[in-house]
Amino acid sequence: MPHRTFFWFILPTALAMILFIGLPIVSSFFQSLHIENEQVLMEVENCDPFGCTTNVRVDVEATEKIEAENPLGRFNGFGTYTDRNHLAFDEIREAWDNKTSIGEFKDTVLNLPFYKALLFTLTFCFAVTPPVIVLGFIVALSVNTLAKKLKGFIVFGTILPMIVTPLIGSLVLFWMIDSQGIIGASIQILFDDPNLSLKASSNLTWITLIIYGIWHNTPFAFVVFYAALQTVPQDPLEAAFIDGASRFERVRFIVIPHLYPVATFIMLICLMDNFRVFEPIIGFSAEGVAQSLSWMIYQDLRNENKMLFGSAGATSMLTILGIAFLLTPVLIRTWKEFKTER
Amino acid sequence: MKKLIISLLISFASTSVFAGSHSPCGVTSGSINILANEFTTYRIFMDEVKSCAGPDADFNVTHSVDHNKLQVAALSANPAEFSAKLVTNGSITPLMNDGLIRPLDDLVAKYGSNLNDNQKITIDGKIYAVAFMANAQHLWYRESILNDLGISVPSTYEEVIAAAEKIKAAGVMENPYAGAFKSGWNLGQEFVNMYLGHGGEFFKSGSAQPNVNNEKGVAALNVIKKLTELSNPDFLTQDTNAVKEEWESGNVALMHVWNSGAASLLDDEGDQNIKADTRLAPSPTVGGGDKPATTLWWDGIAIATNTSDENAEASFRALVGAASSTDLANNNPNATVWLIKGYTPGDTAGPVVDAASRGTTPYPSFPHMSLMHGALSTELVEFLQGNESAEKALADVEAAYIAKATEQGFL
Repeated sequence: MPHRTFFWFILPTALAMILFIGLPIVSSFFQSLHIENEQVLMEVENCDPFGCTTNVRVDVEATEKIEAENPLGRFNGFGTYTDRNHLAFDEIREAWDNKTSIGEFKDTVLNLPFYKALLFTLTFCFAVTPPVIVLGFIVALSVNTLAKKLKGFIVFGTILPMIVTPLIGSLVLFWMIDSQGIIGASIQILFDDPNLSLKASSNLTWITLIIYGIWHNTPFAFVVFYAALQTVPQDPLEAAFIDGASRFERVRFIVIPHLYPVATFIMLICLMDNFRVFEPIIGFSAEGVAQSLSWMIYQDLRNENKMLFGSAGATSMLTILGIAFLLTPVLIRTWKEFKTER
Repeated sequence: MKKLIISLLISFASTSVFAGSHSPCGVTSGSINILANEFTTYRIFMDEVKSCAGPDADFNVTHSVDHNKLQVAALSANPAEFSAKLVTNGSITPLMNDGLIRPLDDLVAKYGSNLNDNQKITIDGKIYAVAFMANAQHLWYRESILNDLGISVPSTYEEVIAAAEKIKAAGVMENPYAGAFKSGWNLGQEFVNMYLGHGGEFFKSGSAQPNVNNEKGVAALNVIKKLTELSNPDFLTQDTNAVKEEWESGNVALMHVWNSGAASLLDDEGDQNIKADTRLAPSPTVGGGDKPATTLWWDGIAIATNTSDENAEASFRALVGAASSTDLANNNPNATVWLIKGYTPGDTAGPVVDAASRGTTPYPSFPHMSLMHGALSTELVEFLQGNESAEKALADVEAAYIAKATEQGFL
């Protein structure tokens, strides 16, 4: 495609992306460099049914005046990024200086909110993505061998987990794994332990979330693999068949190499999706034991009335950086493949 | 049949004579759009508000357990998303901080002649809210279970723990205690109760510096830990409504939940044997303290600043009509402790009156309290799971609070 044609072709998309993705990111970044203006407090007398007390309140007029002069708040540079609720440089330095063992240092770091959330987010990403690719591939292979009549019905059934809204899907499962729900009660009987609860321990909650993630994401991998399977050239397959290759060998040496770029694509999308895991945490009421970066942003914006825009902005920026970092190897690989194909 | 009688009574109530020069009910102009928490007593109150507004009014109400999280954003918009909000002494503070609710003196003068003086919430000499009920968390117990094991009604948390251990040891129940320990606001509230019960102060006096990492904080956490060990292992996912369900399923013999829970726990639905066996008791003291380990709350009405005067007046009229309806209070005497004039307290009011008479602290109304509550909500979980010491958990609370309060401009 000539550059000129390409330019006009991409222009509307590029404009929309700048408007709806680029500018909001710039604005979040700008916000993340600022913190709220100082609150002016004053002493007042409050009277309620329980009596009168002297109390402090925010002097709304004085605070509004400061706000009007300085609507963005105070400039804080990268202060929010390095504070205790984000990258926590000071705390980490202190922990390193005072450590008695590496294990202790690790515990201290993973106790900081950002690193705790990062650990869960990465664990979720890397525990969910590979099984999703493998399962999606197996399901696609199986569905592909079905009789035509059955296919439409089975394909629909298979993609159901993806169609269900994540929040609803996780809520349904949350009730099912309750100790009185069908799954929870069955597991208790199976392990003969009336106190076994999937919601109680952090390990079991993490495992539940990961299994949910796999369940929810597999259909996506399946759909893409299934479409790609339709493009596998039939000639080499037939030739291999005549040469006496088993089904496994045909899949291993013909189908898999053909689907390799597709697998890279699925991995890219899955990593990106799973890095921003959020809904299952709310659905499973798992906030206590499993926090993700997206959940941190949510928490900042809905933290008991007070919206911490700067903090949320900083976490958003760090999330974007995290995704970029995570995807770099995959992108480099795709780029190399693209080059060699040329 | 019961519903019919209630609705008849309510319609009767709405036509009752008001002594003031202006009757608040029967709104014909302006629209009413209310944001409120979700529990049975509020539903009863809102039915009265609706009937007071009358059939011609443009009336909407949104009940949500997330009302706290929604309110600031919803009322900051201009025009505000809601014309009125049901507030408590906890949730009014963030609204006051940003000037999102308006002084009500004019409207009270015009329509509030039937209000008790103690219903008027005055801040710096102006009325910002009109309270209609008082609430507190307190102890609930199953009388037959305690009697069978010869346990007297616990009046301290040490006795609660001993009683629960005895019930468990006797094999009557696996998890005899319940409290709303859901990580988030509920868990934070349990700590607030227990810390105040130990005589703690959340902030260093006269400043916004946190003050929870001390002996009292550790003692409070240790009591909570013991209680959770006697609770359903899923305690971190159970809010007040989930705890009430546990109670109604007969899985629990002792619990510490809101007085207003009586409206649903003592209604005609559910297992009537459990209902007949349910008793209310004052909130226990803890660690040798003399004040019950709970907080006093009032619930009231507030009107948005960013709404038109017409909508404000319409909303105020409907709400204050209900907040001064003696019939509402006396037809539902056990739904809560009403602050309404002429109310004769029902059987269930005892624990709240007891808490108030023993000098229980109202929920702290510092402008920065919600940030402290937020830090408590998230940082205590690891201690309760046994992964962290109490001191470490409290140090984390303080550190998380400091980072947030600095960003909000309080430190």
